[in-house]
Amino acid sequence: MTFTSEAAVISGRTLPRSFTWIVFGASFVAAAVIFLALALARVTPDFNVAGAVIVGAILYLVLAGVISRIVEGRRKSTDRVMAGVITATFLIALIPLISLVATTAADGINRLDISFFSSSMRNVVGAGGGGLHAIIGTLYVTAAASLISVPIGIMTAIYLVEYGKGRLARAITFLIDVMTGIPSIVAGLFAFALFALVFGPGIRFGIGGAVALSLLMIPVVVRSTEEMLKLVPNELREASLALGVPKWLTIVKVVVPTAIAGIITGVMISVARIIGETAPLLIIAGLSTSMNYDLFHERMTTLPVFVYTQYTIQGADAQAYIDRAWTGALVLIIIVLLLNLIARILARVLAPKGSR
Amino acid sequence: MFQAVAMAAGVLILAGLAAVAIFLIAKAMPALVASPEELQRDGTDFWPYVPPLIFGTVWAAFLALLFALPLAVGIALFISHYAPRKLAQGLGYAIDLLAAIPSVVYGLWGILVLAPAVRPLYEWLVNNVGWFPLFAGPVSGTGRTVLTVAVVLAVMILPIITALCREVFLQTPLLHEEAALALGATRWEVIRMAVLPFGRAGIISATMLGLGRALGETMAVAMVLSPSILISFALLQSQNPTTIAANIALRFPEATGLGINALIATGLVLFVITFVVNALARLVINRRKEFSGAN
Repeated sequence: MTFTSEAAVISGRTLPRSFTWIVFGASFVAAAVIFLALALARVTPDFNVAGAVIVGAILYLVLAGVISRIVEGRRKSTDRVMAGVITATFLIALIPLISLVATTAADGINRLDISFFSSSMRNVVGAGGGGLHAIIGTLYVTAAASLISVPIGIMTAIYLVEYGKGRLARAITFLIDVMTGIPSIVAGLFAFALFALVFGPGIRFGIGGAVALSLLMIPVVVRSTEEMLKLVPNELREASLALGVPKWLTIVKVVVPTAIAGIITGVMISVARIIGETAPLLIIAGLSTSMNYDLFHERMTTLPVFVYTQYTIQGADAQAYIDRAWTGALVLIIIVLLLNLIARILARVLAPKGSR
Repeated sequence: MFQAVAMAAGVLILAGLAAVAIFLIAKAMPALVASPEELQRDGTDFWPYVPPLIFGTVWAAFLALLFALPLAVGIALFISHYAPRKLAQGLGYAIDLLAAIPSVVYGLWGILVLAPAVRPLYEWLVNNVGWFPLFAGPVSGTGRTVLTVAVVLAVMILPIITALCREVFLQTPLLHEEAALALGATRWEVIRMAVLPFGRAGIISATMLGLGRALGETMAVAMVLSPSILISFALLQSQNPTTIAANIALRFPEATGLGINALIATGLVLFVITFVVNALARLVINRRKEFSGAN
């Protein structure tokens, strides 16, 4: 048996290219018919799409495997089945992505109106109101976090690439890698612990949130800036140094400008990462329904916290709260996607020529 | 001067990380040294309260990994070796999009879309395979169980594992693959004999990074799970072991006195767990980098 199937591979007895598609189509038609029959016979309440797809996929794998094994032998049959399984894993991963984006878009559109962007939740019970206070809060907290993280992150990356040698640099690199894995809630607890020691345990304000977010943002900025600085060709540095330019001026005038597009991209990606953070802000920035333009006083709500509280603290007209939550989520996704998109486009347009 | 500023920034990061540890310990101390009576007054009893939380955290993360790992390896292989070359990059972006979506949106989706959708499946499981301890009844009426949470977590950690695996798979020496093909290997045999063995260390470290993510994920768990403090392996019941992060998020706004300190102490436990997991993952990656150039 083994001998004949090995021989089949060598002699090249293969199924035609259309085989995959024919079996694929046949399996899914068969599965659809089965489930249609079940639905008509009232075994299932209505046509079970999910069931039909799953049965169709399994049917395909079994049929393709068995037929291929008979005609082409064991090895090719395994190859076909594994190709099917691997493609299936990808399609399975797309299901949550599509479902999530579709639901958010469909349910978020209900309240995507002017008043969502022009009013806060102050004194709002039930329908109406909006997320302006949360949008302002997000802008303030994110801007403050960037103001803290970007200089520290970029300077650290410059140190690591241009100066850093030996143990200190290795320790920093390692800890930054580890820092990317700090749970966001721990960052929030840290900011709380820090400010509670100074201001007492009831402390809630926007700047605390910014400090917590910086802890999450710095490693991302350092990592991406480091990668970009490493791409700058050494000849540029050497040419500048050979002209007698001091090292710091070389970095400021030659190295950083060459890599600036990539650095900006990295910063935008890191902003996109922290703008959706909820847990640390829940702890240190608190909840509020009113506008607050002061980072250093009083509670400040951001968009993710707004989404969370609209869902968890539902009032009299629950649907109105859920609608607002979805709209907040939609706005958040749009912001994050835009940031990612602009960053990618910038990276492509401004990339130093010849380095990729 | 410039060098000093640059170095100071680096040292600041070291100091920052040390400060995280120090401040967390300082704020956790009161709960660690307090007597049970004092803790009880503020609504917590620290020592019997922590093991179930650790169990819940590890259990949910483990389940998530169980779903995410095979999928992620499959997706990475699909993008690196199966998808048409022109499509591959776009498909990679699609998976990266999953990483860009904020966790609170996953939470919302998990509770409003996923939990109702899986309820019939859970009922079927309990009615038909309820004899199996993991699927023991009574079934949760809301679908807000640890299994649902694990699915949401799996979706959330999928992108990071996929991205790392893809990178490693793409670095398989082309000569190895071509040699296998020249010997008559099928595509799957190339993967099994050349790509996977080469990428093993990468897969392991990607898994651990994913595990670190899943351990610390807060909002999705806090929103989807109907929590209790207990140790239970049952997947489909309405009483589920909650995780450290979700427990902090849910209780912190109302906590007072020593209750706050106790929550921070649990946060410290989480910090230590994730730190160890991530450090191990990075050590594996870094050791590998020396001889292969993989990252």
